[in-house]
Amino acid sequence: MICLELFLTFLKIGAFTFGGGYAMIPLIRDEVLSHGWMTDERIMDLIAVSESTPGPIAINMATFIGSSQGGFAGAVCATLGVVLPSFVIILIITALVANLMKFAGVQAFLSGVRPVVVGLICATSVTMFLSVILSVSHFTDAISVDVRGVIILAALIAIHFIYKKIKGKRPSPILMILISAVMGIAAYSL
Amino acid sequence: MANENKKESRVWYAVRLFLTMLKIGAFTFGGGYAMIAILENEFVSKKQWIDKDEFMDMVALAESTPGPIAINSATYLGYKKAGIIGSAMATSGVVLPSFVIIYLISLFFERFMGLEYVGYAFAGIKVAVIYLIGAAGIKLLKGMKKNTMTVTLISLTVVALVVLSLLAVRFSTILYILVGGVVGTCVYLIHIIRKKEVTK
Repeated sequence: MICLELFLTFLKIGAFTFGGGYAMIPLIRDEVLSHGWMTDERIMDLIAVSESTPGPIAINMATFIGSSQGGFAGAVCATLGVVLPSFVIILIITALVANLMKFAGVQAFLSGVRPVVVGLICATSVTMFLSVILSVSHFTDAISVDVRGVIILAALIAIHFIYKKIKGKRPSPILMILISAVMGIAAYSL
Repeated sequence: MANENKKESRVWYAVRLFLTMLKIGAFTFGGGYAMIAILENEFVSKKQWIDKDEFMDMVALAESTPGPIAINSATYLGYKKAGIIGSAMATSGVVLPSFVIIYLISLFFERFMGLEYVGYAFAGIKVAVIYLIGAAGIKLLKGMKKNTMTVTLISLTVVALVVLSLLAVRFSTILYILVGGVVGTCVYLIHIIRKKEVTK
């Protein structure tokens, strides 16, 4: 039963996420929280794991959530679910309606979807900042600032700009995750 | 005879696709966009299975259809070279390494997280996740064409999602996406109607 639920949930996520990896995070977070499958904290751990292992983030997250809820079968169902819509849609488009994407109506629809996706990604970062750094996840919560978190965040942003200035490109996610892990151990074990 | 050759070459392509995608799936960190660069290197520069223009079309298609970009690209490339079997082989290839690696990690994750120093490390990593998602959002924001509609949609989405989540009101993210699509379509229709009125 849980397998069917995982399959259908990830089918829905796969069918409605435009723009790949990061765009999928708000949807997965929303679904996982509303099913009560994981806490917000665990989702963030999972995002970090998905970013620091090879392969598409969406597949990594689906496999992990599936496995945690329904073992091996759960992992298979969730992964199949997230892959299937892509697979079918691309097959239909390439095989039958090669110029579907050129239709003005489709482009008009996407022109409205894209900014919403950007907004969702930005908002996800904001709500995570509020809950992790300020420990506000409901408007009645009192603000308490996690000073160590603020320092780590400021350091990461500084590293981002310094790296970009020197190397001319953005630091890789894995590098930043490793740096933050070291800073985390240094800051929180003291 | 010729037919048989064609069949054989399809199988050959399908196997090559599977192995190439397996390699890409196992060694690409950072998801979709990182994968596009590697796919280009592999299929356009090295193997020359499709040309640069078609590759760009494929990227546009992969970005504007739902689902992970890697899966969309694998399905497309597979179909072009070896039909539906090619699609299935290419997609399984790109998914398999992730699946195996993450499944193994998931078995030990809870115990691993229980270790004291791992807990500290992940307290730091959580902050990195905020940074990573924020940086991705800002990069997309910069690359976005700015007009009244896009700016309004972005601001409304951010405000609505943050406020509703603080109020613990559940409003499916899929609905946000659909509303965006409907707004985009309406704006387009209004443009057309206005244009027609002007020409009258």
